[in-house]
Amino acid sequence: MRAQFVLSEIGVGLRRNLTMTIAVVVSVALSLALAGASLLVRDQVNSMKDFWYDKVEVSIYFCTKADSKSPQCLAGAATDQQIAEVKSKLEKMPLVQNFSFESSQEAFKHWKDLNPDNPLIVAVGAEAMPQSWRVKLTDPTKYDVMQSAFAGLPGVKSVQDQKKILENLFGLLNGLQTAAFVIMVLMLFVALLLIVNTVRVSAFSRRRETGIMRLVGASNFYVQMPFIAEAAFAALLGATLASGLLVGGHFFVQGFLAKKVEFIHFIGLSSVLSVIPLLVVVGMGMAAIAAFFTLRKYLKV
Amino acid sequence: MIRFDNVSKTYPKQNRPALDNVSLEIEKGEFVFLVGSSGSGKSTFLRLCLREERPSVGEVHVLGKDLGKLSNWKVPHMRRQLGTVFQDFRLLPNKTVAQNVAFALEVIGKPKASINKVVPEVLDLVGLGGKEDRMPGELSGGEQQRVAIARAFVNRPMLLIADEPTGNLDPQNSVGIMKLLDRINRTGTTVLMATHDQAIVDQMRKRVIELDKGLLVRDQARGVYGYQH
Repeated sequence: MRAQFVLSEIGVGLRRNLTMTIAVVVSVALSLALAGASLLVRDQVNSMKDFWYDKVEVSIYFCTKADSKSPQCLAGAATDQQIAEVKSKLEKMPLVQNFSFESSQEAFKHWKDLNPDNPLIVAVGAEAMPQSWRVKLTDPTKYDVMQSAFAGLPGVKSVQDQKKILENLFGLLNGLQTAAFVIMVLMLFVALLLIVNTVRVSAFSRRRETGIMRLVGASNFYVQMPFIAEAAFAALLGATLASGLLVGGHFFVQGFLAKKVEFIHFIGLSSVLSVIPLLVVVGMGMAAIAAFFTLRKYLKV
Repeated sequence: MIRFDNVSKTYPKQNRPALDNVSLEIEKGEFVFLVGSSGSGKSTFLRLCLREERPSVGEVHVLGKDLGKLSNWKVPHMRRQLGTVFQDFRLLPNKTVAQNVAFALEVIGKPKASINKVVPEVLDLVGLGGKEDRMPGELSGGEQQRVAIARAFVNRPMLLIADEPTGNLDPQNSVGIMKLLDRINRTGTTVLMATHDQAIVDQMRKRVIELDKGLLVRDQARGVYGYQH
């Protein structure tokens, strides 16, 4: 097998079929870019989950005087004894990693810090703020256990999980990831059809050459190789383009979005780069396999 | 060299077999004409020899191999041991004479040095010395067929199969091609040639195999095209 001969055949084939080649390159690039993006969104969600789940707490709020109308708190404000009972129960639970107490004063100060301009500050006193246990769990997903253990105990007004708030955000990101994945599958399908068609046209326009090759006993591999290499090469161009799009997207996020949205820790360039080899392998492999099966039909022995 | 044992070939959706219980043997070094009208089964006979088709019934042995049992991936290797020539030449119009012959060697992976050596030799042999760099379009039909023969013979095959090689040529060029095939035959290569050309068959006085509607109707050691009526 002579490389120079094969390479020149590939060049001839790609140029003869330039418009189709461009279509293949672009559609492969878009589908691979979407594939990469959906992988990266998954990485992003996972890294955010690790980051935030470490910090989320479950809050057990106690009744205040002002709550006496709500059904949980008909007995009035929680007594110190009720708070201590919850504490002793928390101490016995293996699920609880650690916990701390937030008094009404602390809660009020915290609330004032977060809402310095709120006109209610003058009207609301510290006694309106509920006392609470702030509990950190060894496994943040086991919120339900806490809910059933403490909700409804005397003096307990409510059990709240901060994770619920984050989950809306993760839900949105997961939705985006699914959307990217669906579009990727469609684009990949389009790319496959284009590759099949390109190989078919290419095989047809070179049927004289391939006919002679078969006649003089060129091996199937030798007859099919230029077509497969052509498809794989077009896919390689597409994968390169897709990688460029992803890296460009990364710098856009780092340079622009990361400054605006400071509370999110964005994944680094290394994650983006680690996706690229996968895109190249998937793109080229897919193209080569599609070409191979197309040729089995169109270049019979 | 070629042996047919009770070979029949029926194509899908056809009632009548294209080849009907044909048995014959062609020995090494023979020159054999295959004659018969259109639809007599000549093409099927040749396609079976080239393993472009498999027999429906019976066994086809070419170069000592049972082609019915030959697996697909071994077919290219078997085809390298025989040469083929067609009525329509089958040259690549965008390659020169020398490149056309070299192409056949390149695609079976022959090294460059050996290609550069054997291509001029075989072009000299077929009488095209000095025309290496011409394009096929610049050559006469007879010369184009010589290029095709050079390409078929460049590997020095044991067997040369020619499907109406003179079908597109005038009588003068046809005689030239026949002389060339005869010379190739004298080097020890078996030649099997399907033809319609009565004058050539009558003149050469070689073995003649005649097919009619798929049946082997005649096998004569030193025959002519048709029966003498």
